[in-house]
Amino acid sequence: MDLTLKIWRQASAKAKGHFVNYQVQNISAEASFLEMLDILNESLVAKGEEPVAFDHDCREGICGACSLYINGRPHGPDRGITTCQMHMRNFKHGETIIIEPWRAKPFPVIKDLMVDRSSFDEIIQAGGFVSVRTGGIPDANSIPIPRRNAELAMDAASCIGCGACVAACKNASAMLFVSAKVSQFALLPQGRIEAQERVQRMVAKMDELGFGNCTNTYACEAECPKEISASNIARMNREFLSAKLLAHKEF
Amino acid sequence: MTKLDPKIPKGQLDQKWTNYKAHQNLVNPSNKRRLDIIVVGTGLAGAAAAASFGELGFNVKVFGIHDSPRRAHSIAAQGGINAAKNYPNDGDSVFRLFYDTIKGGDYRAREANVFRLAEVSNSIIDQCVAQGVPFARDYGGLLDNRSFGGAQVSRTFYARGQTGQQLLLGAYSALSKEIGKKTVKMYTRRDLMDVVIVDGLARGIIVRNLITGEIERHSAHAVVLATGGYGNVFFLSTNAMSSNGSAIWKAYKKGAFFGNPCFTQIHPTCIPVHGEYQSKLTLMSESLRNDGRIWVPKKLEDAEKIRKGTLKAGNLKEEDRDYYLERRYPAFGNLVPRDVASRAAKERCDAGFGVGTTGLAVYLDFTDSIKRLGKNVIESRYGNLFQMYEKIVDENPYENPMMIYPAVHYTMGGIWVDYELQTTIPGLFAAGEANFSDHGANRLGASALMQGLSDGYFVLPYTIQNYLANQIQIPTIKTDLAEFVQAEKETKDLIQKLLTINGKNTVDSYHRKLGLIMWDNVGMGRNKEGLTKAIELIQELKIDFWKNVKVTGTNDQVNPELEKALRVADFIELGELMARDALSRQESCGGHFREEYQTPEGEALRDDKDFTFVSAWEYKGDNVEPEMHKEPLVFEFIEVKQRNYK
Ligand SMILES: Cc1cc2nc3c(=O)[nH]c(=O)nc-3n(C[C@H](O)[C@H](O)[C@H](O)COP(=O)(O)OP(=O)(O)OC[C@H]3O[C@@H](n4cnc5c(N)ncnc54)[C@H](O)[C@@H]3O)c2cc1C
Ligand code: SF4
Ligand code: FES
Repeated sequence: MDLTLKIWRQASAKAKGHFVNYQVQNISAEASFLEMLDILNESLVAKGEEPVAFDHDCREGICGACSLYINGRPHGPDRGITTCQMHMRNFKHGETIIIEPWRAKPFPVIKDLMVDRSSFDEIIQAGGFVSVRTGGIPDANSIPIPRRNAELAMDAASCIGCGACVAACKNASAMLFVSAKVSQFALLPQGRIEAQERVQRMVAKMDELGFGNCTNTYACEAECPKEISASNIARMNREFLSAKLLAHKEF
Repeated sequence: MTKLDPKIPKGQLDQKWTNYKAHQNLVNPSNKRRLDIIVVGTGLAGAAAAASFGELGFNVKVFGIHDSPRRAHSIAAQGGINAAKNYPNDGDSVFRLFYDTIKGGDYRAREANVFRLAEVSNSIIDQCVAQGVPFARDYGGLLDNRSFGGAQVSRTFYARGQTGQQLLLGAYSALSKEIGKKTVKMYTRRDLMDVVIVDGLARGIIVRNLITGEIERHSAHAVVLATGGYGNVFFLSTNAMSSNGSAIWKAYKKGAFFGNPCFTQIHPTCIPVHGEYQSKLTLMSESLRNDGRIWVPKKLEDAEKIRKGTLKAGNLKEEDRDYYLERRYPAFGNLVPRDVASRAAKERCDAGFGVGTTGLAVYLDFTDSIKRLGKNVIESRYGNLFQMYEKIVDENPYENPMMIYPAVHYTMGGIWVDYELQTTIPGLFAAGEANFSDHGANRLGASALMQGLSDGYFVLPYTIQNYLANQIQIPTIKTDLAEFVQAEKETKDLIQKLLTINGKNTVDSYHRKLGLIMWDNVGMGRNKEGLTKAIELIQELKIDFWKNVKVTGTNDQVNPELEKALRVADFIELGELMARDALSRQESCGGHFREEYQTPEGEALRDDKDFTFVSAWEYKGDNVEPEMHKEPLVFEFIEVKQRNYK
């Protein structure tokens, strides 16, 4: 198929960006979206032009590196997958595809379609862990965990940290991402111990970094490639409230 | 010839690690604060090591090419991680895990290392559970296990089809905890350009900031490389796009010996290649072989019809199907080790029985399991893998059997290390897939995650102290030393050279060419003629590359073409070393199959008399033949036998 691509080009974080049109020909329906961009890039390089920069790595939907707004939607038109998992069979011959970077204040553009998502790491560093040290740990089976809890924790833990939730939200809220981590640990006995401190520290960090508030539109859930449930947000709100209510200093 | 000292501790096999720890040197807390450690890589090995060093109180600096430590390639591992817990009560033990791993590696790994790996495997599971890793559980709330190839017990722990993700997120959370406490400083988007050696000791690194292009110097009392495997030499592999061999290649060129470079794992269950433009291959987890049966048509004419699309797999009668693994290996059936399964698939396809439009595919069929267990059970076990398959191939694997073909997956070879995971350069350590250590000539499924975490959590935090205990008098290393200045200059010159060639061929075109040479001659079947030819072709490719490559853009900005060019330049040289190693190893073992050396039934034929050693290659200069050293492998505690999965 032949396509017109309208791609956001921006030389650096400080530079002004703009759309540039490109034509690609003979793209196979079996090619992935990123392979289509590879083909474009190889042709640009051959002409001595600078290729389009975009983040990607695993190309199988797990590392969370790829991003892209495709025709206005994070990770493109298909549900429950990342950009790298999307194949060209989702598009039609002759179509124009608009490709932009994530647009959210806490994710500044680095170049073209690449953005800086290190704010997510900072939120995790603020409390997204269980404070255990290496070694001296009791046997793994010493605390049985109800299967249902383990499964719910796993659902939440599937988050790949891609940032589509933030990009989809009109407030650039990180609630889905943060609540997924908070829920994973809150559901497990190992994580319960610090649950209250954790939620407070992560939420404070999220606010500090300029992520917006949640106004319950759930665009995040609709666009999340891992279909992380918005019920995690409700769980986090409960955790947060009870942490506030029970906020005594000594334990 | 230099003598390689593996530094294996004395004593009985099961006492060696205990003895080592009891007698090694340690660093006291106040001295730890004054010692700097650089860790390159935040995969399982790097993140686990960095977090543990931070907890111990060392000053740690961590580097990675990714924008976040969580995106290291370990994130993509699917199937699971082994441990000798014996929770299913099916006869497992530390010794059995050790034995299976040594045998799986076709007796080309070091006994003492592999035993230690099996010994600490149980602590890894404890550690991960304590970190909140949501492993699969049974209805009683206890941990569940599945089976992997090369074992007759169920010892693989898993978190759906995302085990690597969950283990890495566990290690990442431990690392984040230390970054938050400022014991560890993280440098993201940094590409290792060189290792700096001062007076024979590893003292630092040169990195390129991938955003600004700045060349930075960083110093430390010890350096750990945990930069993953080099399977991308083959261009197409299951590895992530940025996985590379450059970091270990730079170390090799600075004097670290390279162990068993030709030992590559070709994974039997990957989605077949579909087109020229293809950028990578997708693994379908080995766990699928628990319930899927592998077959091709028995008759050539049926295979022909299937390829033409005039016959459907489902319509082929049972008696016309050849379940070749069950036929050839009744004891292990579909769960034979990877090298055996891959070779068997190649053999059938080469003989004309392959399916798919290209004839380079075999079936992995779940019809029987769906009948026996119900679609729900299969869906709960492999739902995400089936979905992934359907997204890529556009075919429903519940209705039509999956099509699979072997693909490059893992490199057992890597930087040579001793028992302490120290390279031949004092102060330089290598961990995870980057070292050559534990898997011999073939790695068993679910053992790489085990090894990465073992190295990072439980081995390096001890062994690095044995080295650092002698460094407590050394103040912070200055980065204005002549060696740093020189290394930085060489890096800048190299980049400048690449940017000014301004030839006519893209970097990818060279990578693709190299991949083809490697796949055709240094892949699943190797022989003298092909390997000799490969060395010549690669040498020609190298000359061509340095004359005609085109690298667009400048150094002072984000420049993915430059990053790729730097990697491909190293891959070309590494590919040549792999071919050399394969040529010199005149036997078949594990994933290294020399067509000249096989049994009448077509099984790998080892030559224990002449080849029970690790080849450790020493760099001798650009375009000079490297020198091979041998570390003899001594088997004191097990009997070396022909591998038999029949
Ligand atoms: C698709 C797939 C599935 C797998 N499934 C399993 C499984 O089920 N079970 C199992 O046991 N094993 C599995 N493996 C193998 C296993 O995942 C890897 O061997 C293991 O994760 C490697 O971990 P590592 O820490 O050594 O390196 P990696 O996780 O590869 O990390 C490398 C790190 O080094 C950094 N780095 C790399 N190069 C440079 C450089 N030049 N400069 C600076 N930094 C650099 C990267 O940023 C990264 O942080 C699988 C592998 C693949 C490809
Ligand atoms: S919650 Fe979903 S959209 Fe948000 S970062 Fe995680 S995986 Fe991406
Ligand atoms: S490239 Fe890894 S999720 Fe898309």
